[in-house]
Amino acid sequence: MSVESQLRSITVRTSGVLESLKTLFRLPNDDPRKTLAVALALCLVCSVVVSATAVSLRPLQARNAALALETEVIKVAGLDSAGLSSEEAFARIEKRLVDLDSGRFVDDVDPLTYSYRDAAKNPATSTALDSAAIDRRPDRMPVYLVRQDGQLERIILPVYGAGLWSRMHGLLALAPDGRTAKALTFYEQRETAGLGSDVAGARWLSKWPGKELIDADGEPVILVVKGSVDARAPSAKHRVDGLSGATLTGNGVTNLMRFWLGERGYGPFLAWLTDADRG
Amino acid sequence: MMTSKSARLLLEPIVDNNPITLQILGICSALAVTTKVAPAITMSIALTLVLVGASLIISLIRRHMPSSIRIIIQMTIIASLVIVVDEVLKAFAYELSKQLSVFVGLIITNCIVLGRAEAFASKNPPWPSVLDALGHGIGYSVILIGVAAIRELLGSGSLLEVQLLPLVKEGGWYEPNGLMLLAPGAFFIIGLMIWGVRAWKPEQLEKPDYRINILHRTETR
Repeated sequence: MSVESQLRSITVRTSGVLESLKTLFRLPNDDPRKTLAVALALCLVCSVVVSATAVSLRPLQARNAALALETEVIKVAGLDSAGLSSEEAFARIEKRLVDLDSGRFVDDVDPLTYSYRDAAKNPATSTALDSAAIDRRPDRMPVYLVRQDGQLERIILPVYGAGLWSRMHGLLALAPDGRTAKALTFYEQRETAGLGSDVAGARWLSKWPGKELIDADGEPVILVVKGSVDARAPSAKHRVDGLSGATLTGNGVTNLMRFWLGERGYGPFLAWLTDADRG
Repeated sequence: MMTSKSARLLLEPIVDNNPITLQILGICSALAVTTKVAPAITMSIALTLVLVGASLIISLIRRHMPSSIRIIIQMTIIASLVIVVDEVLKAFAYELSKQLSVFVGLIITNCIVLGRAEAFASKNPPWPSVLDALGHGIGYSVILIGVAAIRELLGSGSLLEVQLLPLVKEGGWYEPNGLMLLAPGAFFIIGLMIWGVRAWKPEQLEKPDYRINILHRTETR
């Protein structure tokens, strides 16, 4: 068959298809064939539009998310009021990657390009767990260290875990002793608006600085209680007021804190870092 | 181009047939996003865009909509537009998209959009449908931004994050009204607005469903 006749047969075939489409759309609206055809056409068009938007805007969204994370890191690092531009402030923060099982730094991957979310999805770079907070844990996590004149000031640990509806992502800043909270933020969560979503609010987060998350034996003991903490009780430094109407979100925070500060989380790293004050 | 009919389509939903104060639709988002003016404005723009887009598309294909699946067709179109708006917000207004969180997604279930699609756009040509949608979008926006302005001013002493009333805790004189930041505050304001509009335009008053009538008296006087 010559190219010309091939082309002609394609034209004939397409015009045939067009013709049958036309007759299909000329059918009465209540004809089942027409119903199916309209449904199919609508789904096709809508899915193309939605995926085209999502794919074409993804680089911009990823950039926004990275910038927002940097801002959050600077905030929990306590450098947001230091009069530095965000580039300068972020440059002063040391970014490292930690192997959670051994608790040591690893240097073969750039911490800035490493995504713990991607790593957690890949069975080769993560571990399945039986934990209330998370089901898969990446084997490596980025950490951020803030130093002042060479002296370790804050240890910033990314944490995440299940709340009531959503996975909450946050950053926990610890004092150099590796036990006392300095700051906490949740920068991504989809808890109940107006109730659980207050975990990300400044009012509740301001209850965290000064709390002792880990006791003297190295056990994570922090607990978000239901109601408010009795300030006179000796355990008050290990307890945080709950959010009213959001007990399950609070339980989620307890679970994820205990997981990340424990043996399978940053426990080994914190023990190693603070042990010899390797600052 | 603007005939009196088009003008009516556009202007009527702003006061005379307002989706919030008369039709009492879209209350969920009117409570949720009105603690500050900025998210209320974004929400208004997002809803108006979705409403106009959905009405236009639905009106264009209205002759080919099988009646058995027309609601699901309308929902699919609305949902697709909402996802597009959400993605655009995430790309160009990241902070705002975080503040609006789930509420942009909830435009899908906002009764105003489906209501206009089903009641108007599926029966009328594109141009009147667009005007009708735009009018309802503006009507929604006016109330939303009005409620947000009152709540932000009384609840935080500011408008669009500009501090107008100096707060006591920052050394000023204004003690903010915390109720305004909670959902009940929005209920009160919307209720007062509905009262105000109906006092101004008594024809909007609804007839009571039931009236207690005295048919006969058993007690003796």
